[in-house]
Amino acid sequence: MDAFADTALFTLLVAMLGGAIRVSTPFMFVALGECLTEKSGRINLGLEGNLVLGAMIAYAISFHTGSPWTGVLAAGLSGLFLGAIHGYVCKLPRVNDIAVGIAMMAFGTGLAFYLGKPYIQPSAPRLEAIPLGEWTGIPSLAQALAINPLFFVGIALAVGMSWFFRNTRMGLVVRTTGDSAPAAKAMGVSVDLVRFLATAAGGFLAGVGGSFLSLSYPGSWNEGLSSGQGLMAVALVIFARWDPIRCVWAALLFGAAGAIGPAMQAIGVTQGFYFFNAAPYILTLLIMASSARSRFSGRDAPGELSIVK
Amino acid sequence: MTALSAPAPAAPPAETAPRRAPSLEALGMTKVFGGLVALDDVSLAVPAGTVHALLGENGAGKSTLVKCIMGFYRQDRGDVLLDGTATAIRSPRDAQGAGIGMVYQHFTLVPSLTAAENLVVARADAPSVIDWAAEKAKLAEFMARMPFQVPLDIPVADLSAGEKQKLEILKLLALDQRFLILDEPTSVLTPDEADEVLGLLGAMARRGEFTVLMITHKFREVSAYADDVTVLRRGKRAGGGATAALSVEDMSRLMIGETTIRERAARAPVGEGTVLELAGLFADNPDGSRAFAEISLKVKGGEIVGIAGVSGNGQSALVEALAGQRPLADGRIFIRDEPFEPTRENYHKYKVFGLPEEPLKNAAVPRMSVAENIAFRSFDRPPIASLGWWLSPGPMREKARDLIARYRVKTPSPDTPIEHLSGGNVQRAILARELSGDVDVLVVANPCFGLDFASVSEIRSQILEARNRGAAVLLVSEDLDEILELADRVAVMSEGKIAYVAPVGETDRNTIGKHMAGHGAGHAAAGGQR
Ligand SMILES: Nc1ncnc2c1ncn2[C@@H]1O[C@H](COP(=O)(O)OP(=O)(O)OP(=O)(O)O)[C@@H](O)[C@H]1O
Ligand SMILES: [Mg+2]
Repeated sequence: MDAFADTALFTLLVAMLGGAIRVSTPFMFVALGECLTEKSGRINLGLEGNLVLGAMIAYAISFHTGSPWTGVLAAGLSGLFLGAIHGYVCKLPRVNDIAVGIAMMAFGTGLAFYLGKPYIQPSAPRLEAIPLGEWTGIPSLAQALAINPLFFVGIALAVGMSWFFRNTRMGLVVRTTGDSAPAAKAMGVSVDLVRFLATAAGGFLAGVGGSFLSLSYPGSWNEGLSSGQGLMAVALVIFARWDPIRCVWAALLFGAAGAIGPAMQAIGVTQGFYFFNAAPYILTLLIMASSARSRFSGRDAPGELSIVK
Repeated sequence: MTALSAPAPAAPPAETAPRRAPSLEALGMTKVFGGLVALDDVSLAVPAGTVHALLGENGAGKSTLVKCIMGFYRQDRGDVLLDGTATAIRSPRDAQGAGIGMVYQHFTLVPSLTAAENLVVARADAPSVIDWAAEKAKLAEFMARMPFQVPLDIPVADLSAGEKQKLEILKLLALDQRFLILDEPTSVLTPDEADEVLGLLGAMARRGEFTVLMITHKFREVSAYADDVTVLRRGKRAGGGATAALSVEDMSRLMIGETTIRERAARAPVGEGTVLELAGLFADNPDGSRAFAEISLKVKGGEIVGIAGVSGNGQSALVEALAGQRPLADGRIFIRDEPFEPTRENYHKYKVFGLPEEPLKNAAVPRMSVAENIAFRSFDRPPIASLGWWLSPGPMREKARDLIARYRVKTPSPDTPIEHLSGGNVQRAILARELSGDVDVLVVANPCFGLDFASVSEIRSQILEARNRGAAVLLVSEDLDEILELADRVAVMSEGKIAYVAPVGETDRNTIGKHMAGHGAGHAAAGGQR
């Protein structure tokens, strides 16, 4: 064991494991939020904006109140606000959800950059990681297994959502609305209201995902914090075929891909650095290309999505 | 959910007593869509415990009337009286509360939900957290009391059209509704299935368990199951009365007035050369299973080959493959001995046309206008297009106007989105597009689904005329009568293969029915006598 612990391969694997867990968390929240919204029959491409605004708000509130968890909640509320705007605008006649999403993405990031200027310097209290790897006695492993509590919240949320879609009336109503608006109308369900609520709730989750970016180790707010995770999460939902549990696995996979670059650096491979850093984007492309041809993706897609119709 | 927990129908608990069959009256119902008066002061009375049939041409306003009663649309004027008292029904949820339930003309089941989930989510009083073990037990107990069954645990998308229709009806029964509105409940059922369903509902209505208002285009069903009839024509009440006092001629005269139906043209002799040849076609379903296999057929010019079969035996996949919507796994299509690849250019070059089933979904863009939909085959050619890319809306609307008049498509204007037309008129608009030119090969699937008798006759005449002009016609239909009436030869498809081919003159219903039933496919005994 000790001998293996010294090999480069071990270092690489550990770095990837830690990276996967770390990087996957925001993916997970955004993907779960997007999954909820899409299950109701709408696409919100603006979650990148929620993510960035969430990161900024979480940092600012944590700085002012001294409580990172209050920051997380505030980040969620800022996401709820953006999601609600999206949900409201989309129910106006002749409005396209994709276009609104892109506008909301610009609005969210713009607002975050505008409000966030004063918070680039100060340091705010972080969310403390839970040290789960101390017992191994291997420092690198212990570091990889120091896991942010939001990671576990995300997993619990995925399990909860999966249960919600199957076993609650609201869950069935959301799926109904997403799959067949005429059926929902015939049941007397207000399609617009369900979609509004689902978009707002999805926005909340994406906002919480944003708080992870600024409040987890090392913890800071700057304008380059997100590198398109909010957009990639949309691809991830398609890859996960609109299943919350599969969203978690997909987020881990994306996380691991995102960790390849830094992990290679950690073991001293400097050749092809940019290529490894591009891994998540390449993965996104590959996934979009292959899932477009997949036999199943069409089947599981909610029937009301504007891209499916 | 009293129906599910009631111990025995004979001794209903006290609280179910008020939920008996109610009477319903609609008075002076008027509904205007934009400039189109869809309903004009229509009144209708359905006494408690009776079966009432609502008849009318396509676009007469039948669906609009019942949707107003259900609160799906808001009528501009008019009242609904339930058991003699005016009842305000503002949404389908109110209707459910008042005990009124409806099977819509277009399915309102949720495809990705299982049958059980569909049944539970439809209930206004569904618990917030669903105890599936208990619900499933209740549903199983409910199903056991029903004369027809539907599998509960698979997604509705995987059910056949007939099963979906039955599930829609079971949904109303499970909801314990007391006034059932059925908008063309039998259009996708075989005659035997229709008898099974309507027989059950008729018997239950006679026992006073509920009242039924049903829309249908089939006079046979009206005569056999309805107590009274109301006929609509162009949004107005044209007449009605007790079924016993009305002959089929009376009813059809009320429906279409004194318009005469076009006489069917005489059959020209079948041509000599093979025009369309399917050589060993195979194709797969999206999930990888075989959709159909070894389909080999030759169709001569001036010949109609009818493909009979119970729905879901690969016919719709075959139509998709011929329309270029589904890739072939193997085999080749030849037209006049030349291999045919399904490209837009070739459809034009070889003059191949088609009318798939559910044209609103498969052959139209619902939100585009009628004129644009009619131009799909010709928008990129002169006179609509110059230089292959410059579109002139003038000639497009001109052509649409002409075809709308020739094929009597009822539409407020050529610019109305096609999704706002009644089902029958969508069909006519697409047929106008596909049949108006020179046709060499014509593939039609269930062309008369949901059409009124006058349109049925009209469309069948059009198909026969295309044949007489020398087109090779492949007619896929679940209606055996249609095939026996139109086809020169019949081929039976069963489990994705051609099980039987014979000239129509040398075969009969029973033989065809046996081959349709194939190798013991349980529900497939549809070919028998009427
Ligand atoms: N939402 C709508 N907007 C505009 N026009 C409509 C709408 N719904 C129906 N119409 C028009 O109202 C008229 C009556 O339509 P309706 O669907 O009630 O006919 P129907 O009698 O049920 O015909 P079918 O037998 O074909 O189902 C048609 O001319 C149709 O084009
Ligand atoms: Mg109708």
